[in-house]
Amino acid sequence: MLIAVFSLTTLGLVLGLLLGYASRRLAVEGNALVEEIQAILPGSQCGQCGFPGCAGAAQALADGNAPITLCPPGGREVVSALSAKLGIEVNLADVAETMPMTAEVREELCIGCTRCYKVCPTDAIMGAAKHIHAVFREACTACGKCVEACPTEALALHPAPITLQSWYWHKPEERMAA
Amino acid sequence: MSQYLLLLLSTALVNNVVLVKFLGLCPFMGISKKVDTAISMGLATTFVMTMASASCWMLEHWLLAPLGIEYLRILVYILVIAAVVQFTEMVVRKTNPSLYQVLGIYLPLITTNCAVLGIPLLTTQEHLPFVAGLLYGFGSAVGFSLVLALFAGLRERLALAQVPSVFVGAPVGFITASLLALAFMGFAGLVSH
Amino acid sequence: MNLLNRFQPRGGVHPAGRKDLSADRPIRALPLPERLFVPLQQHVGAAATPVVAVGDQVLKGQLIAAGQGTISAPVHAPTSGRVVALGDYAAPHPSGLPVPTLTLESDGEDRWSDAAIPADPFALAPDEIARRVGAAGIVGLGGAAFPSAVKLNISRKSGVDTLIINGGECEPYLTCDDRLMREQAEGIVAGIRLIHHAVGTQRALVGIEDNKPEAIAAMRAAALGTDIQVVAVPAMYPMGWDKQLTRALIGKEVPAGGRSADIGVLVHNVATAYAVHQAVALGRPLVSRIVTVSGGAVKTPCNLEVPIGTPAQDLFDYCGGFTAPPARLVMGGPMMGHELPATHIPVVKGTSGVLALTHAEIGRPEPAPCIRCSTCVRACPVGLLPLEMATRIRAADLDAAIGLGLKDCIACGSCSYVCPAHIPLVHYFNYAKGELSARERAKLKQEATKKLADDRSARMERIAREREEAAARRRAAKEAAEAAKKAAEVTA
Repeated sequence: MLIAVFSLTTLGLVLGLLLGYASRRLAVEGNALVEEIQAILPGSQCGQCGFPGCAGAAQALADGNAPITLCPPGGREVVSALSAKLGIEVNLADVAETMPMTAEVREELCIGCTRCYKVCPTDAIMGAAKHIHAVFREACTACGKCVEACPTEALALHPAPITLQSWYWHKPEERMAA
Repeated sequence: MSQYLLLLLSTALVNNVVLVKFLGLCPFMGISKKVDTAISMGLATTFVMTMASASCWMLEHWLLAPLGIEYLRILVYILVIAAVVQFTEMVVRKTNPSLYQVLGIYLPLITTNCAVLGIPLLTTQEHLPFVAGLLYGFGSAVGFSLVLALFAGLRERLALAQVPSVFVGAPVGFITASLLALAFMGFAGLVSH
Repeated sequence: MNLLNRFQPRGGVHPAGRKDLSADRPIRALPLPERLFVPLQQHVGAAATPVVAVGDQVLKGQLIAAGQGTISAPVHAPTSGRVVALGDYAAPHPSGLPVPTLTLESDGEDRWSDAAIPADPFALAPDEIARRVGAAGIVGLGGAAFPSAVKLNISRKSGVDTLIINGGECEPYLTCDDRLMREQAEGIVAGIRLIHHAVGTQRALVGIEDNKPEAIAAMRAAALGTDIQVVAVPAMYPMGWDKQLTRALIGKEVPAGGRSADIGVLVHNVATAYAVHQAVALGRPLVSRIVTVSGGAVKTPCNLEVPIGTPAQDLFDYCGGFTAPPARLVMGGPMMGHELPATHIPVVKGTSGVLALTHAEIGRPEPAPCIRCSTCVRACPVGLLPLEMATRIRAADLDAAIGLGLKDCIACGSCSYVCPAHIPLVHYFNYAKGELSARERAKLKQEATKKLADDRSARMERIAREREEAAARRRAAKEAAEAAKKAAEVTA
């Protein structure tokens, strides 16, 4: 009886000490994964995912507290990159449902208050005080910060217009008998 | 020498730990969606299983048997396996954070992988000498990794197939696994005495 | 010459030619339409920018839009008249989306603008010929619409030694190149000699499918006394694919992802050669082209010389309209052409045909599961595995499809044509290519916006820092002033 207790205790102690030493030697400073994830995210700090900026979202993703489809401006490209990085399977076809959006100014409502371009994280809005503002579609990530800032609801997110350059064939429908 | 080779063959193929002994089925179904991940999991399990076989043999022969406390065998084995798994986890986390993320819960769950506990217990039961015991563990682990990688390859192909909707997902996976097990039965006559 | 025929083409299919509908009808000029809709982008590369304004009078052949950048082509007025609009109009594209288009109202006179005609075009320097070809707005008339001058310049610089003229016309129904070769063989040969001269090639070969004996005879007669060889190649689809024709004629294969110039070959279409002759020797820019109007639903199929920008409806009307409501309208050939969403869409430089097909001609049963018969593998002229690529695309694994050679697929449609299960294979590949380029664009945009966001946060930090420093300086100045004041009081 005593032998059993003694030997188990010793064994536990020895293994515990070994593991303690190993964890000191193999300690991971910070989380390298968080940085890798942050490099994938758009970096516009828009906060649409509900986390404070892209660093917060990367931390949440690394901890497994957020779905990899959390980033609306990133679109399918970011989802597939995250899926490969984290090994989480996701049906890209479901993500495709979200259309690429851009902000647009309704010129008859814009009063030229300059609030929107002050909050735009990518400098995608051009304008001056008392002049109608305009959005550069190429730089807009559809983060929606300007929509919140606009006092006259002149800004809204619209689906990005399909042009001859962005149009492509849809995926063939599957009509397979089960 | 040839007896060691036979031991390896027999543990890896003829008495395959997954498909013949039906041990370690949990990671076999869980971590077999991608070949890369399956190979990494196989390597981690191989390391753990070989280390566990060696250290369990030493504990059995140098601690439990001399002190006559064989009834603590399972307790002690689990303790050692858990320690080795913890160590492996630290190494993986340090060297490959994204693999650590991909393996997720299955990495600590190697502890409760019945194959990892089963093999040292079988080694003890068979009264194998040290080198043979080590090879027994290593061979079984190689067999586990092999089957995991094979099955992951099958499932990668399976993902492309148009499976009748009632069989999509796990059912067709199980059917494939059973076919693979049938195929491994073919090794039964490989080593004759 | 028979020696050259020993190279076996790879893959390919033999669809019913249906060329007899229009092959025996001589080319006729379409009566001048009232309005012409000239898109500013009819070629691969950057769209042209208009150089005329609404209300301007223009003459036939006058420059109305200039090319932009290195890969582009100018656009000329297809007839004399007045510019009545400059805005969006349905594109000759399966989407039918609006594109910038110049609308021209014909004045009925069809008056040419004056052009300088060289006394001897062969006395021109090679780069001058290329310049004139570029200025005439000539693009590949086989359907690809790649600016021809760019091709000439690349070929001259990379030391191309073989000129291949593509008279394959392997698409069913189309007979425009066949008729052109029968009727304008001299003009084509003159054009070939000009290209030959401009690029400095050692030999020139004309490959014509052996189902066009009249065209071969006409071209051989016209090529007598020149060093141009006219070679009959076996009729099969896609023989008109430049790389397939190259393989059939000289037995060389263009490496994956490479260009014909990499193996010392330049390929031009017969119609392009004819247009080069018109432009360089006669000073006529590309303002019209030969179009085959055919299909089971067209009353009298024929070949027409059509001004660029003519709505497809005018062509069908001239051919006597439809005998039955067409099940599908197609622009180009039935294999690689695209569906015409409406008949008001204009003919452009790359339009080789407009077809009105009946149900019997397009009839396509529902797709069934793949039986892995690998008929598509044998049919693929590139040597790909269409069935494997399509399964991966269906499972949304585009990277695996790229690994199998998706980017080398030429979308010829041979696989879809032969598939016994009627799987729309080429549709999968077109979708996947579109999806890939969409992802590529999204990635580029994301990189650009990320840089913008980083720049902005750096700027914000700098501004905050500068403000703080300015405040600190002001504080220091104020304190110094107060100290000085105090000191002055003390001394006083």
